[in-house]
Amino acid sequence: MNRINQKMQEDKKLLSIYFTAGYPSLNDTVKIIQDLEASGIDMIEIGLPFSDPLADGPTIQNSSTAALKNGMTTNILFEQLKDIRKTVSIPLILMGYFNPMLQYGVEAFCAKCQEIGIDGLILPDLPLAVYQDEYEAIFKKHDLKNVFLITPQTSDERIKQIDDASNAFIYMVSSASVTGSKSGFGNTQETYFERIASMKLNNPQIVGFGINNADTFNQATKNAKGAIIGSAFIKHLTKNGVNTISKFVSKIR
Amino acid sequence: MNYNVNEKGYYGEFGGAYIPEMLYPNVEELRQNYLKVMAEPEFKKEFDQLLKDYVGRPSPLYLAKRLSEKYNTKVYLKREDLNHTGAHKVNNTIGQILMAKRLKKTRIIAETGAGQHGVATATVCALMGMKCVVYMGEIDIARQAPNVARMKMLGAEVRPALSGSKTLKDATNEAIRDWINNPVDTHYIIGSAIGPHPYPDMVTKFQSIISEEIKWQLKEKEGRENPDYVVACIGGGSNAAGTYYHFLDQKEVGIIAVEAAGKGVDSGESAATSALGQEGIIHGCKTLLMQTKDGQITEPYSISAGLDYPGVGPLHAHLYKSGRGEFYSATDDEAMLAGLELTKLEGIIPAIESSHALAIFKHKTFKPDDVVVISLSGRGDKDLDNYIKYFNL
Repeated sequence: MNRINQKMQEDKKLLSIYFTAGYPSLNDTVKIIQDLEASGIDMIEIGLPFSDPLADGPTIQNSSTAALKNGMTTNILFEQLKDIRKTVSIPLILMGYFNPMLQYGVEAFCAKCQEIGIDGLILPDLPLAVYQDEYEAIFKKHDLKNVFLITPQTSDERIKQIDDASNAFIYMVSSASVTGSKSGFGNTQETYFERIASMKLNNPQIVGFGINNADTFNQATKNAKGAIIGSAFIKHLTKNGVNTISKFVSKIR
Repeated sequence: MNYNVNEKGYYGEFGGAYIPEMLYPNVEELRQNYLKVMAEPEFKKEFDQLLKDYVGRPSPLYLAKRLSEKYNTKVYLKREDLNHTGAHKVNNTIGQILMAKRLKKTRIIAETGAGQHGVATATVCALMGMKCVVYMGEIDIARQAPNVARMKMLGAEVRPALSGSKTLKDATNEAIRDWINNPVDTHYIIGSAIGPHPYPDMVTKFQSIISEEIKWQLKEKEGRENPDYVVACIGGGSNAAGTYYHFLDQKEVGIIAVEAAGKGVDSGESAATSALGQEGIIHGCKTLLMQTKDGQITEPYSISAGLDYPGVGPLHAHLYKSGRGEFYSATDDEAMLAGLELTKLEGIIPAIESSHALAIFKHKTFKPDDVVVISLSGRGDKDLDNYIKYFNL
């Protein structure tokens, strides 16, 4: 069974961390992943940096720009990860924009992911319809779970379509925003979280955007299976470097 | 070959809507409504009326006698430079502001490079009393001070794009991010025939007034609707899309595109997307764009801020790939000289963007009895600083 599906069956609220590969330094990737697992993180989203990250706020824009300046490329990331499964067993997901994958070749990219032991992909700008028409068969052939986003504005009808097309979890964007722009949840989020919970979807939901401490983690996971922290972790790396990762994690739970 | 957008939003293999889910409700709302709204008699009436009384259409189709003599062919200029605000951009912003009103939006955002589309957007927002935020690269703000001032006078807020290279590409990213953050009350007026479906088609249709007029104007002057060639410059490609639109299915009309070669196509400082681009995704659509082997979008260069874009609209990518369009590129030098030549021969100072189209005569020889219509997409007032510096005036 795919590691993500296994993880979703564990009887606990999951904490997932996003970081941008190649940041702060080009070769920090493996250390960050290993330290995150050692700190008790359940799942990791490895960000493949892109020059034009449309859905990201300043924090991840900056880490992406810095990573590209450091020389990160798709090939280098794959090279860095080639032995990752010798030391790391939690689910690993690649998160990035669609164009770098398209240039690498979708089939070749998926094959490489499978070879390394990547379990899933999050590609915010690969829309549901295009995925289903052109790429679903390739993803499935290589046992890669594709993760779709939903937002407070996503209609029930579309959420059901996305639920049907998903086979790992649904990425619940907490508010109408780019990454890293809001902290804390208000009534709008509460209502939204409850609406989604009441839909009884087939796939578990993991909440992302706006989670940066224990409070927001607990709020987000009241109904959902888990939560993802991205910008707050990048900020921690910017401030403290890569040697105090466990300290960051211990403050969340 | 079909040159219209299909029901999925593609021109051949180009187009589509490669957008994050956060934008889906907005773009889907627009997709479901834009054709319906544009077909409403009330909408048409209001659009036509504003184009006539406010923009000053129809724009003249002018037989450029001395230019024709010089190149031994028959050259007509489609005078978009005489529109209110000085370029073709306003055709689209008038259409889109009316669309935004029909969709009950109360806030408008736009991106701008040189500031022409920003000014055209701020203008229609003033006209309609709508709130307007224009994103502009920090570097462009510094080099286009008069247009920034115009937008402010018109009541728009100009927000600097501080990310990436701080130019048009980044201003577009920031506008898209704004739309993600404001999904309910805001309409995004994209200024070119780019972006996720239905934008390229909607912008093309609003700009298609250009070729609609060319047809009847040419009939009056030449006794025939179809020229032998239509010529336009292409950055994202909105004036070109409008200039070509009613001729796309007329096989006897040659479609000519002139891109910005900057300091030379192979100089590393160029914006000649068809020559240098690969298929990929930029700002929500699949098209040709300048990028690294690794799929990172690269920075274009052109002396003309309006052509300084690393992609090209999906319609144009299709015209290029299918062979329907002939694609050329003009260097900074060729464009500047062509601009000066038009000024001396015809008494018209063109925008540097349009000067690229005029540089076609350096690349192609027409027959004496050819009728060549060139889109003079904008006037050169905004470029005076550049002309002064370039020619030491």
